[in-house]
Amino acid sequence: MRKCSINDLNSVFEKISQSAVLYIPVDGENGADYKIWEKGVELSNALNTNKSPKNFFFPQSEDLVEFKTEGKDIEVIDIRDSKEDFVVFGVRACDVKSFEVLDRVFLSEPVDSYYADRREHGVIISMACSRPVETCFCQTFDIDATNPLGDIACWKTDDAVYFEAKTEKGQALMDKISDLTSESDDKAVEEQKTKTTEIMKRLPLADLKADKFGAGKTEEFFNDPAWAELSQSCLGCGTCTFVCPTCQCYDIKDYNTGKGVIRYRCWDSCMYSDFTRMAHGNSRNSQLERFRQRFMHKLVYYPENNEGLFSCVGCGRCLSKCPISMNIVKVMKTLGGKNNG
Amino acid sequence: MASREEALIPKVGVITDVRIDTPDVKTFRVVTPDGKKAFDHKPGQCAMLSIPGVGEAMFSITSSPTNTEFMEFSIKKCGCVTEWLHQAEVGQQITIRGPYGNPFPVDDEFRGKDLLFIAGGIGLAPLRSVINYCRHYRENYGKIDIVYGSRSKDDLVDYQEIIDEWTKDANVNVYLTIDNPQEGWDGHVGFVPNYVKELGFDLNKTAVICGPPIMIKFTLQGLVEMGYDKTQVYTTMELRMKCGVGKCGRCNIGSKYVCKDGPVFRCDELEELPDEY
Repeated sequence: MRKCSINDLNSVFEKISQSAVLYIPVDGENGADYKIWEKGVELSNALNTNKSPKNFFFPQSEDLVEFKTEGKDIEVIDIRDSKEDFVVFGVRACDVKSFEVLDRVFLSEPVDSYYADRREHGVIISMACSRPVETCFCQTFDIDATNPLGDIACWKTDDAVYFEAKTEKGQALMDKISDLTSESDDKAVEEQKTKTTEIMKRLPLADLKADKFGAGKTEEFFNDPAWAELSQSCLGCGTCTFVCPTCQCYDIKDYNTGKGVIRYRCWDSCMYSDFTRMAHGNSRNSQLERFRQRFMHKLVYYPENNEGLFSCVGCGRCLSKCPISMNIVKVMKTLGGKNNG
Repeated sequence: MASREEALIPKVGVITDVRIDTPDVKTFRVVTPDGKKAFDHKPGQCAMLSIPGVGEAMFSITSSPTNTEFMEFSIKKCGCVTEWLHQAEVGQQITIRGPYGNPFPVDDEFRGKDLLFIAGGIGLAPLRSVINYCRHYRENYGKIDIVYGSRSKDDLVDYQEIIDEWTKDANVNVYLTIDNPQEGWDGHVGFVPNYVKELGFDLNKTAVICGPPIMIKFTLQGLVEMGYDKTQVYTTMELRMKCGVGKCGRCNIGSKYVCKDGPVFRCDELEELPDEY
C-alpha cells in the first residue's frame, strides 16, 4: 500500500492527467458530478455523484455508424475511432460493482465493441466510503463499501490518501505516480474500515436482505397484487433508470445531419410507454407492467441469467431522486416482507 | 480498433426484385452489391433491415437457407420502415445485418417427424423458410401438412408458390382457408383454429404455428383440446427489437430475450414465461 499527503493529491492528479484524461467528482449547484480535472478543480467531499459513472463506458448518447446516401445507393461508414486513455477517480464500491453488472451484458457474445473499447481504455480508481448515508444499502448485495475494487482502490483520511493496486492496469498507473507516493502500512486504512463498518451497521437499511429474490422467483412475484399499489403513482418519468448505474436499456435512432445520416444509440427506459410499442400493439400497455418489468428484471430475470447476481448495487440514487419517492427498497419490502427482503 | 467485429454495424443490401403478394404484402429479394447472399441463415432466423434516416426493424427471412443465391423478406405494410420499403423500387439499396435468433430445430427435433404447419396471414412468412427447407430435404421428414388461412383469397401470401409447387409435392397436403366467402373461391371458408379442429390431425405430429397472437392462442388451445402436448408445438414470436443481440432490453420477457433466445419457442417453454407477449 502506498500513500500521499492530502496536500499532494493535486500533484497526483496532475501527474495522472499528463497521460490520460482524468475525471473526478466535483461539486456543482445541485451536488457532485464527474468533471475533467484541471488545475484549480477541487475534489468533492460528497458521498457520491448525481449521475452514475456508467456514462464513461456506456455514454448517454453515442454515434454508432454513419451512412451516406446518393440516389438509390448507400455507403456505410465505420466511424469508430481509437478511444483515448482515461482515468476515473473516486468511484464508490457500489458503482464499481455496477461495472460488473454492465460487463455481463455488453461483453457477452457478441461483444459490444463500443463498450469494450472504453473499458479497455479506462482505469478505475475507487474510493472507500467513510460516511455512508441513510439511502445506502450496498450491504444488501454483499458489497463492502470500506473495501472497494477497481483497478486501484483508494482510502482518503483527513490528512492522507492511500492507494492499493488491484489489477495490472492499476499497477501500471501506480508506477507512474510512485514519485509522489510512499510505502505505507495499512493502520489508518484499517481504522477507517472499522469505523465505517460501525456506521454501516446503524444505517436504516442495514438489515435489508435480498434473499427472497433471485432466479426462479417469477411465478412467486409476477402476479403479486401489490404491484398495483406500488406502481399507482409512478409517473413513468424514467429518472430512476437514468440515474441507475446498472440500467442498460438503449434505443437506436437515426439523425440526418444534412450531409449524411448518423445512427446513434442513447439510453432508453423500460418505464416509457413507447419502449415496447410496435405498429401492431404494445406488449406492456400499462405503467403497472412497465414498473414491474424494471424491478422484476433487477431482482429476478437478471439474476436468472447471471448466476444469481442482482442488477442493483444499493447506491441509493433512485431513493433520493424519484419524484414520487418510490424505489426498489419499497418494492423489496412490500413483496418480500418488512425486512426483506 | 475499427477491425473489431460489431454486430450493430450493418452491410449494404440491394433490392433486386419486388413481388406484390397481397394488397399490403410485398416480397423483397435482397443481395449484397456484388450479387451475393448477405449471410447464411437457418430456417426461422431473422435479419435487421434498415433505411438510413427512416429506421431499422427486424424481419423474418422467408426464403429457405437452401437458396444460396439471395434472401427474401415478405413484408406487410404497417409502420414507418415497412411503408418506406413498399415504395422502394428494384435497385434500391438498404442495410442488412444478421442472422438473429434461434432457428426451428429442423435438423434435430423435427427430423423423422410428421410436420403440421399452421399459418395465418403474414404469419406464413417465417414458416415458408422452414416449409421449403423441409421440402428440399424431403427424405428427412415424415408427412407434411400445411394449413394456411387469410382474410380473403387476395390476402394469401405466396399464393402462386403454394399452388404451383407445394400442392404438387407428393406427401405434402395443403389446406387453404379464408375468413369469409368470396367470389372465385371454392375452397374452405372459416378461421384457421376451427379448420384445424375440423381436419382433426393425428396426434403424432410436430406442429408449428405462426400468425396473429389471437390466432396462435386459439390454434394452440385447439391442438391441446385435440390431445396435443405443448412440447409438440412450436411458434415464433414478434416483439419490438432494436439491437438484435440481447442487450438493448426491448424484447425481454422474463429471463429471455426474444431476439436471442427466440424468436422460435416450444410452447411449453413459452408457458414458463410471464404473460407479456
